[in-house]
Amino acid sequence: MARRIGVFVCHCGINIAGTVDVERVARELEKQPGVVFATTYQYMCSDPGQNLIKQKIEEENLDAVVVAACSPAMHEETFRGVCREYFNEYRCEMANIREQCSWVHDGEEATEKAIKIVKATVEKLRDNEDLMPILVPVEKKCLIIGGGIAGIQAALDIADAGYKVILVEKEPSIGGRMAQLSETFPTLDCSQCILTPKMVAVARHPNIKLLTYSEVLEISGFVGNFHVKILKKPRYVDEDACTVCGDCEEVCPVIVANEFEMERKPRKAIYIPFPQAVPSTYTLDREACLGLAPLTCSQCKEVCEANAIDYDMQPKIIEEDVGAIIVATGYDLYDKNKLVEYGYGEDDDIITSLEFERMLSASGPTGGKIIKPSTGKEPKKVVFIQCAGSRDKQHMPYCSSICCMYTAKHALLYKHHVPDGEAYIFYIDIRATGKGYEEFIERVMEEERINYIRGKVAKIYRDGDKIVVCGVDTLTGRKVEVQADLVVLAMAIVGKEEAVKIAKKLKVAVDDGNFFKESHPKLKPVEALTRGIYFAGCAQAPKDIPSAVAQASAAASKVLSIFSKDKLEKDPLIAVVDEEHCSACGICVSVCPYGAMMKMENGKARCIEALCEGCGTCAAACPSSNIEMRNYKDEQIVKMVEVVI
Amino acid sequence: MEGKEMKKIAMYWGAGCGGCDVSLLSLHEKILDLLEEAEIVFWPCAMDFKYEDLEKMKDGSIDIAFYNGAIRTEENEEIAKLLRKKSKILVAYGSCATEGCVIGLANLYSREEIFDTVYLKNETTKNEDGIIPSSNDLHLPEFLPHLKTLEQVVKVDAFIPGCPPPKPVLENALEALLQGKTEFGKSVALCDECPRKDSKPEKIEINKFYRWHEKEDNGDCFLAQGIICMGPATRAGCEAECISANIPCTGCMGAVPKVREQGISMLSALASILGDMDEEKEKEIIESLQDVVGTFYKYATAKLLPEGRLKDES
Repeated sequence: MARRIGVFVCHCGINIAGTVDVERVARELEKQPGVVFATTYQYMCSDPGQNLIKQKIEEENLDAVVVAACSPAMHEETFRGVCREYFNEYRCEMANIREQCSWVHDGEEATEKAIKIVKATVEKLRDNEDLMPILVPVEKKCLIIGGGIAGIQAALDIADAGYKVILVEKEPSIGGRMAQLSETFPTLDCSQCILTPKMVAVARHPNIKLLTYSEVLEISGFVGNFHVKILKKPRYVDEDACTVCGDCEEVCPVIVANEFEMERKPRKAIYIPFPQAVPSTYTLDREACLGLAPLTCSQCKEVCEANAIDYDMQPKIIEEDVGAIIVATGYDLYDKNKLVEYGYGEDDDIITSLEFERMLSASGPTGGKIIKPSTGKEPKKVVFIQCAGSRDKQHMPYCSSICCMYTAKHALLYKHHVPDGEAYIFYIDIRATGKGYEEFIERVMEEERINYIRGKVAKIYRDGDKIVVCGVDTLTGRKVEVQADLVVLAMAIVGKEEAVKIAKKLKVAVDDGNFFKESHPKLKPVEALTRGIYFAGCAQAPKDIPSAVAQASAAASKVLSIFSKDKLEKDPLIAVVDEEHCSACGICVSVCPYGAMMKMENGKARCIEALCEGCGTCAAACPSSNIEMRNYKDEQIVKMVEVVI
Repeated sequence: MEGKEMKKIAMYWGAGCGGCDVSLLSLHEKILDLLEEAEIVFWPCAMDFKYEDLEKMKDGSIDIAFYNGAIRTEENEEIAKLLRKKSKILVAYGSCATEGCVIGLANLYSREEIFDTVYLKNETTKNEDGIIPSSNDLHLPEFLPHLKTLEQVVKVDAFIPGCPPPKPVLENALEALLQGKTEFGKSVALCDECPRKDSKPEKIEINKFYRWHEKEDNGDCFLAQGIICMGPATRAGCEAECISANIPCTGCMGAVPKVREQGISMLSALASILGDMDEEKEKEIIESLQDVVGTFYKYATAKLLPEGRLKDES
């Protein structure tokens, strides 16, 4: 189709015009067949710039426009919006002569390249089809994976807005890591006290379906239309009938380590992880139980007055349709066995930060008393080691973000418990960037007289009753040796191992630390690359409670914006399969990162419009050249290449 | 036969293995049907004809001329031009004439290198005096510097792919040609008619390449087993003869019509289905590919490199 194309070259101040001779670009483009008008302007994205385009569309009777300016990621929407008033928006293309030209080239070369980029874009535009956005219906229900503080906050936000939420938690209770903490920095609020009301709110909320002791098995579908299969493991106790009287626990003869207490306290085979657990019910650990058969041992069942115990309970598969998914799977500590240099695993008196948290908790293994585990006595000298596994190329290269703060809190709480004790903190740098954080650190340093030593610990070894911690104070250059009673390692934070499995099911990416990869590190920090999937809390990166809560609310607001419409609009620049000529080789189905290529009954491929993100992987992989991207057809690309070379 | 206008057909054997000539016979009893409609006016391999017989024919008097084999010598080229002149429809018959085929791989080497190998260095050659025959002492047609496809020498009206053209391809082609059609054949890839089609897993992922003899064939899709099968990038029509005999496709039918280049198409498909691996493993698996040109460009080298080996590579 012969088009009347207008070319608008942006100066972008001196960003483009400082390097590229924009006037020459416009003059050269005027010579191209089909280009009836070309001009330049200071800032094309400004109101006068946009009005210039409108004015010229009218005056010159243009029916297609190329804006030569910045990246389409920046302003494509702006200029398509301008053109939408006059003709199909897919007749508007941007030629990126800033990021891909003026910012990376100099002199004559830059102008030459700019001309080629704009010419190629004109060639592409010629064969663009007029397209309409794809409309996709929305199931207004959200799946949240993980019931820590992030999952809880997101669930409450969405449920309060009037939409249904399915909150899936792998453990018997929601609460996550926050439930394990003693006090929180910098205000020293009791973690459990501020969390419990939210946990209860989740349990009582009519819009929230809480599935604890459950795991997501399968996820299929696409934004607005996900289908999930959830496995509800049998807890052998009826959640509603259990009165939490504790009789069963008393008679249970099996004792195992309690995971919630970082295995520093025993529990029975039938147990409630902690008193405030939600749902408030006992759970029977099948692995630990003597046999789930009345003949072997049925003491719990016999004493249960509420008749809540059912040995015949079966795993249940629950299927749900949801429109959006929030992943809030939280974190684990870096594997302590990998820190051989700090002797973990071999010494009882070297513990992790979370073990110390439990020790500080009134309901914890020691009832809130700080002890030296090997002797049970009060430790008089405690060494805290920051960055244990973090900021270390041998382990995890990144900063775990919260260790500086909680270590200061740990030292402070230690001093409150043992006023005549001495606390040492080995650190690389102090990172206290949150609100009130720096003040908190100052207070700990000055008022509590904690010995902050800047330097890494080189060696830890046992010498009789003591643990000797050797390091260098890099501020004074002197060697430091502390005869400690207890060493607390501020362990690196890593994403959950299960996150990798969930990521596979969701077809989203995780990084080396098992953290979910966001769509854009700055501008899309809660979105996955796949639409309709969002991240909250430490599943995405190490972060403190306020950040996790804020991110959860951000994720919730993203979900609500999806739920605010009955149908979703989607960019129609997607893959199209020539089904007639498809040989059903299955390559595209194998390579599609979004699961958008579907194998039909006859084996041939079909692109599910709603799922396709238009990445083009399938088109490149198809060995029959049978898949084309809308408006990036082979012939268009060939023409673009031809004018460039 | 009376009353019916017989089509005059010719068949010539250029530089090739002879399999194409034999393939006509694979029509079995159907060749009789062909002879009902056509009369053979020139087929040196099967019947006694001399070049002068061909020269004497009127220009355009042959209805359909089949040329099998590639253009390797002056003689091949001369006959190609002559046949072109004498025929209405000139058909490139088989992979050599169409794409250059296996012998086209010779374009990776110079004429001197080829003679050196053939007459002197070949393990089974006994040539103590180191004689290389040449036109100086014998009257021989010149061995051209590079192998050419038929289309690189004369205009070609139709192509019958295959090494040699398998029976179903041939039947389909002859039927079309006798009706005057020059476009025929399937335009989908081989997977479409593959007997192992249903064994394809939901996701094909390759973490190691195996050569045929390195793995016990479990009867599933070869690619899914990590064995390179050119099927996805190769035109269908042969009814998967090789795969039916448990041999992966090597791509003799050439690319499907939409594809510009079969080898690169298959390579980019393979690259896409490699499993998750680090750069080192990736390098390792790429280097494990034996004979890249011979695997992916087994049939089309001469078509793609008509002037022989790229200069900057030699």
